[in-house]
Amino acid sequence: MSMINYASREINCKIVYYGPGLGGKTTNLEHVYGKVTPDTRGKLISLATETERTLFFDFLPVDLGSIRGFKTRFHLYTVPGQVYYNASRKLILKGVDGIVFVGDSQMERMEANQEAMQNLYDNMAEYGYDLTKMPFIIQYNKRDLPNAAPIRDLQAAMNPGWEVTDPAKQRVTPDPYHSGENLVEQVDGAWIERAPYFEAVAVTGEGVFDTLKAVSKLVLKSLA
Amino acid sequence: MPVGSASWSFTEDDFGAITQSLQRFLHDSNARCALLVDRTGQLVATVGEQPKFDPTTFATLTAADFSANDQLAKLIGENDFNSLFHQGEKESMYLADVARRVILVVLFDNRTTLGLVRLKMKEVVVELSKLFDAVFSRGASGAAKPGLLAGADDEIDKLFQ
Repeated sequence: MSMINYASREINCKIVYYGPGLGGKTTNLEHVYGKVTPDTRGKLISLATETERTLFFDFLPVDLGSIRGFKTRFHLYTVPGQVYYNASRKLILKGVDGIVFVGDSQMERMEANQEAMQNLYDNMAEYGYDLTKMPFIIQYNKRDLPNAAPIRDLQAAMNPGWEVTDPAKQRVTPDPYHSGENLVEQVDGAWIERAPYFEAVAVTGEGVFDTLKAVSKLVLKSLA
Repeated sequence: MPVGSASWSFTEDDFGAITQSLQRFLHDSNARCALLVDRTGQLVATVGEQPKFDPTTFATLTAADFSANDQLAKLIGENDFNSLFHQGEKESMYLADVARRVILVVLFDNRTTLGLVRLKMKEVVVELSKLFDAVFSRGASGAAKPGLLAGADDEIDKLFQ
């Protein structure tokens, strides 16, 4: 739920990083915090346990520049990934404008990824939000690990696509981030759409800003 | 309302009315500072003594605090807790729901009493609820001023180059 403040000339938007536990959501925020200039970001707040596992959320506000004289302020949140914390995880989704799903590329985390994705759909549905109709990006993190699954397998597990029923949208839409791939295409006679995806190594920062830029751009365009 | 479109916006006139109402409240209650925060954690307004802490962080934690307490209320069979009180040694805060969309947070110290703050808060919450009901009903029918970002695709692209 974005808020436009005409008095202070600000557009405020909320982006939530979602995904399985230990997938790298907090690491994404930490990298953004470390890289943007201090005058364009606020404090990084972490409500974490003593072992640095996210208990409620992490929060980082960043300014991404001005459009039409309005400052664009993005509030980045992470949720606790552990299954146990679903009640608090759901609270963070309230009023979300854009979602980044941080998947763990390691083969043995495939089930945890799928469980978290299903949980995301379920929690969004409980608020009456339709994930397929809002800014939504998938990030495959930990691409540097030797046990990382191939992108094709990750896509099949987490991003198989949803059916496009609106005839106006039933046309081949190339993926702007991967040449030769499509976001909307016909598969076995049915039109399907997939969320844009990025590969990342959040600990080194690879792919972190590409992901953030892509989701913020989608959010702003959804307001246009 | 389409998902992703601006859910609400407020004008300088709204802001003026809100500020006036809160200034009167601070004067009557002798509280130090009042902040308005929306339920998603965005800071809407700050009136009175400028807080020394980071108000954005404060707003986020306030919304989380309220949401968590809402869920606690449900667990014990209540719909919600429409106000919360946090008592400190010197500084205390009182939080109240406004029109189910905004939270009013009042910071006060030993120059006033909880009783007086609570009493005056009830009045200002009624006033603010009316103001925000008007803001939200307008937001639901037309959202923001039409076309604030319409045709700004190029500008948005440039922002991310």
